[in-house]
Amino acid sequence: MHKIWLIIKREFYTRVRKRSFLLLTFLIPVFFAGVVIIPVLIAVKGDDNKRIAVIDESKLFTGNMPDAKGIYFKPLTLVDIDTFKHTYDTYGYDGVLYIPELDLNRPTGIAYYSKGRASMTLESNLNRQVNDIIEKKRLEQAGIDRQKLEEAKSNIDIDFRSGEDEKKGSSTVAYAVGYSSGFIIYIILMVFGMSVMRGVMEEKVSRIAEVMISSVKPFQLMMGKIVGIAGVGLLQFLIWAVLLVGIQLLLPLFLSPDSVQALNHGAAAQNTSNAAMVEAMEKLNYVTGSINWGLLVSCFLFYFLGGYLFYSSLFAAVGSLVNEDPNDVQALTFPITLPVIIGIMIMISAVQNPNSALAVWGSIIPFTSPMVMMARLPYGVPGTVAYWELGLSIICLIAGFLFTTWAAGKIYRTGILMYGKKISLKEAAKWIFR
Amino acid sequence: MNLLEVKHLKKYYATHKAVDDISFVIPQGSIFGLLGPNGAGKTTLLRMITGIFYPDEGQILFKDRPFNPEQDVHAIGYMPEERGLYKKMRVGEQALYLAQLKGLSEKEAKEKVKHWFNKFDMNGWWNKKVEELSKGMQQKVQFISTILHQPSLLILDEPFSGLDPLNANLIKQEIFEMSRTGTTIIFSTHRMEQVEEICDRIILVNKGEKLLDGPVREIRQTFKQHLFRIGVGAIPNFAQMATYHFTIVEQHDHAYIVKLNEDSTTNDILLHFIRQEIPVTSFEEILPTLNEIFITQVQKTTQDA
Repeated sequence: MHKIWLIIKREFYTRVRKRSFLLLTFLIPVFFAGVVIIPVLIAVKGDDNKRIAVIDESKLFTGNMPDAKGIYFKPLTLVDIDTFKHTYDTYGYDGVLYIPELDLNRPTGIAYYSKGRASMTLESNLNRQVNDIIEKKRLEQAGIDRQKLEEAKSNIDIDFRSGEDEKKGSSTVAYAVGYSSGFIIYIILMVFGMSVMRGVMEEKVSRIAEVMISSVKPFQLMMGKIVGIAGVGLLQFLIWAVLLVGIQLLLPLFLSPDSVQALNHGAAAQNTSNAAMVEAMEKLNYVTGSINWGLLVSCFLFYFLGGYLFYSSLFAAVGSLVNEDPNDVQALTFPITLPVIIGIMIMISAVQNPNSALAVWGSIIPFTSPMVMMARLPYGVPGTVAYWELGLSIICLIAGFLFTTWAAGKIYRTGILMYGKKISLKEAAKWIFR
Repeated sequence: MNLLEVKHLKKYYATHKAVDDISFVIPQGSIFGLLGPNGAGKTTLLRMITGIFYPDEGQILFKDRPFNPEQDVHAIGYMPEERGLYKKMRVGEQALYLAQLKGLSEKEAKEKVKHWFNKFDMNGWWNKKVEELSKGMQQKVQFISTILHQPSLLILDEPFSGLDPLNANLIKQEIFEMSRTGTTIIFSTHRMEQVEEICDRIILVNKGEKLLDGPVREIRQTFKQHLFRIGVGAIPNFAQMATYHFTIVEQHDHAYIVKLNEDSTTNDILLHFIRQEIPVTSFEEILPTLNEIFITQVQKTTQDA
């Protein structure tokens, strides 16, 4: 036991002390923050100022197109589109919107000319404005009061309650939480699994393995590495958790109510999808209370560790089979990465449809359960995931990693001391049972 | 006392017999040479003695008790032929780590590592990474890591490969020193002149089987060809050399190599020279070198198969 502790310590410290550990630990949150924040920033800031010439032969639009943020419309009358669409830039315009004489019932021929491709926000803005105006004109023609129509529109959220205790819960939140935790588990399995494999390969290729094996049992060496790397992963999570809490506490200091409002306003005016996102974020704050966070976090930790133990020992076994040839790695890891990829695919389907047979069994079979169960759990226990399903899944995963660790230990023991020979998986499988 | 006793050891792989019924004893404090061509089963044998492999059959007695890998690995230092260190690890930490895995406490380990670094003139190396060292330097670190815990059985597989003569000598002296203080050493190599210089006893294996074992001197006696070298002061003529006591094998400038015929003694040779009034300047028996014994024995078993 003392030796395995020494090994764990070494595996842990050598990784944590590396510069790449610090770099990764801090860069990954920055990356994710970037993914979330940059679209918002873009939505707020919008495009650079665009001056757009409008040649409106239908006379329906002139004066009806308000300038939006960063987009200025300039109606022109005395120009010919056929020549102007080639020369607009010499007059300082970024593009030309051409509206021919229109039949309101069948409007065709509206076109936008510019040198480069129009940006997505510009495209959606133009489309919306033109459609809005045509809609308005049509309403006028039909004698419908627009005001009345607006008033008649409905936009309420149904209060979704589930289970005996009528717990409030939105499947949007469950979806988001399920999807992200399933995905994080997937990344963990791959990243840390590969890390274990590389560690084993390093020991084999640098020939330290035999020196080590003359002091410790192969199984101790393998488990020490697996547990040590798990420690690195846990430390990383801890740092992220602290960062996350810290940012949440600090964020209100940077975002004054004004700026939040401006953000909402700007986004709503610019782009409906961003508006939806802001809305979703508000909603998220509102309904996060509907999730049993205690259960979810402890399950996440369990499935993280269970899934990691299940797969990392397999990765260790594969690492022990690899010789210097890097091509071997590809061929040998494929049978392990395949179930992980199948798992993520079932997870994506399960998060939309958590009660399908595929989702239920996927969350019980240990090859896929860490990812799939995490996708289903936010929908509620025992509402969506029955207690027996969760129990069975946990038991299967424990039994699963005990088995893979045992089998991988057998392969590892032989593989780590085999040099210069190419070993097939079939051959390695035989080592398990001898 | 025998430190190690190997009895009818067998290890079979799917396709061949790596070690097939090998027995030998190693007295405490001796330097024991394990010899054999490539693929003879030496590494498998060593891996069983170090507890890495379990034998299929047979028994290993360590200090007169059945070998218990769990505990006894602490009394064994093993430097495998395929040696290696963690390349990215610092030299000092690495030595400490390996020593602690052999059961030393952190404090003891630190003392020992410092002692040996001092002795081998490696004080400036502590914070260097292994990959920054030359191959010979790595070899020294490896050797130190192997002996830090003062093993009672030291197993060295080709310990001198990659070392310059200076460092090779340093390690050779250390081996002798340890042997004098009671450490038993198993020494595996292809270099027969080193075996002759260093080893007290040897075992020769080929194809998983023992060809011969025993003290080096006895083995050379056993395989002697009854050849003698006689140095002469004056060159005799052909008639003077005619006798039934011996036949001339080789003739050099002022020396003959002769083979003693049956029913004759060494003194018959000398008497013959004296009677013929040929001045003898030297007379010695030529014993076969281990190299010769190795080659003939291995060839014999290879041809048999």
